[in-house]
Amino acid sequence: MTTEQQHHLPHDLLEAIGGLPPAGDCIVEARDVHKYFGRLHVLKGISIAVMRKETVVVIGASGSGKTTLLRCVNHLEKIQSGRIWVNGHLIGYREGKGRLVEDRERNIARQRQEIGMVFQRFNLFPHMTALQNITEAPTRVRGVREAEAREMGEALLERVGLAEKRDAYPSQLSGGQQQRVAIARALAMKPALMLFDEPTSALDPEMIGEVLEVMEELAHEGMTMIVVSHEMGFAREAADRVVFMDDGMILEEGAPEALFANPQNQRTKDFLSKIL
Amino acid sequence: MALVGLVLMSLALVSCEQGHTYNYDWGLFFRSIFQPDNLILSGLWLTVSISVVSQVIGVVLGTFGALGRMSRFLPARLLSGWYVWFFRGTPLLVQIAFVYFGLGQAGIYAWERHPLFGFISGGVQAGIVALGLNEGAYMTEIVRAGILSIDPGQMEAAQSLGMTYRLAMRRIVLPQAARVIVPPLGNEFNNMLKTTSLLVVISVPELYVQFSRKNGTLFAPFELFLAAAVWYLLLTTIWSLIQGRIEARLGRGAGRAAEAGPSLRERLFGTRLGGVDDPGVVSGGR
Repeated sequence: MTTEQQHHLPHDLLEAIGGLPPAGDCIVEARDVHKYFGRLHVLKGISIAVMRKETVVVIGASGSGKTTLLRCVNHLEKIQSGRIWVNGHLIGYREGKGRLVEDRERNIARQRQEIGMVFQRFNLFPHMTALQNITEAPTRVRGVREAEAREMGEALLERVGLAEKRDAYPSQLSGGQQQRVAIARALAMKPALMLFDEPTSALDPEMIGEVLEVMEELAHEGMTMIVVSHEMGFAREAADRVVFMDDGMILEEGAPEALFANPQNQRTKDFLSKIL
Repeated sequence: MALVGLVLMSLALVSCEQGHTYNYDWGLFFRSIFQPDNLILSGLWLTVSISVVSQVIGVVLGTFGALGRMSRFLPARLLSGWYVWFFRGTPLLVQIAFVYFGLGQAGIYAWERHPLFGFISGGVQAGIVALGLNEGAYMTEIVRAGILSIDPGQMEAAQSLGMTYRLAMRRIVLPQAARVIVPPLGNEFNNMLKTTSLLVVISVPELYVQFSRKNGTLFAPFELFLAAAVWYLLLTTIWSLIQGRIEARLGRGAGRAAEAGPSLRERLFGTRLGGVDDPGVVSGGR
């Protein structure tokens, strides 16, 4: 936001050198991220940048670290070295004398408001109705007024095609319906970035379509998204870039058509031959 | 009732064998139940009120104890651990005596000099404190188990929406844990109703003490203590009914089909007597 404002101010000196670098367009930047689970080295120096309005699909075999990478982006996992910036701010950490120091909880929570997350297993709150699931965080965290939040929640439910399910509890919804409510719940916080962790892997085949449809619409409307998924159809349709991860590293990335049609790395070829 | 009759008959037989006859004063027994005097009623009131207050204290302490035990803050974990270790590892009777006599005599807190609101005696206060502290230790474990039973994904989902740990615990995790906690909590309260009788050691005039005192003057231990037992049975039975209602209501909120908890009969006798489950009504669920 600050960089955008700076763009509108007269910066004669900077304009002389061609203006500020377009840092504001980069919403997520990870640099040389390492992550260990005990002795297990799960992320081995990941560097990636995601631009505003971009949809990045991360593919790779299970155990390749793609879900872990996603969870590091909103600090559900700690990292041992490297840096991750979201919206220009270090996520989860402060710089302290050359090392990373974990940030205060309140700051982490504030950063997470900007990052929507959709889980493989939905993780809806079972003691709340669909509408309550959506309005809970805006009212409690952002301080949005109850009536306003309800109005927005109903609009979101309408958009994901579940207007008539507003008073249903999660246990009364199908998997596909639950996941659509979960997407609406994340959107209600008006995030700048949405993370999807295998959003269709826990769904019955006939319900995958309805969820992907919502996600595609979201991508086309310009939401910035990082999606861990094996849905190649979705990647083709909605992704600007596909990233292939293997053994904790990013081996290859590119536009979906190029990567699927003409993979350069042998591992990518092997993986794609199994999945396509 | 048949069971009670059987016990009475066998007891009567034993007394015959010992060669003396006991004059059963059944009038006293029935009067103690159907026409309780003020002493019994006041004892009953004290038993119920001490139980409720102690249980509430226990639930509050247990909630904080559980949160402390799972805290990232080491001193909180240690404090909570020691608390549970001490109060579960020592007899309640000793705790009651220590709180009342020990603290009183040592001048740390002279209970009898501070009647609360002018009418709640020091003994009652000490009893509530001791029972509440003891109950809190057991509730700590129950609440902790309840919280641990909730899918960690719930906390993650809440935090990823920008909630702090505290807010997520209060709004998302604890309400779900409550559903898990209520059945064992009900059992704890059932115990509490009966355990108040231990306050006899500090002469709190609750139900048992009232009957005990009556026995001192009337000397009819068989009738009086049997009547006391019936009163306790009545209290725990009424509580069972209330507990069943609460559990049914909590289950409904979850969106599950209203699953009836165990019926009163199941609660009292532990089994479904003579009832064959209709396979047609076994709920399939989702």
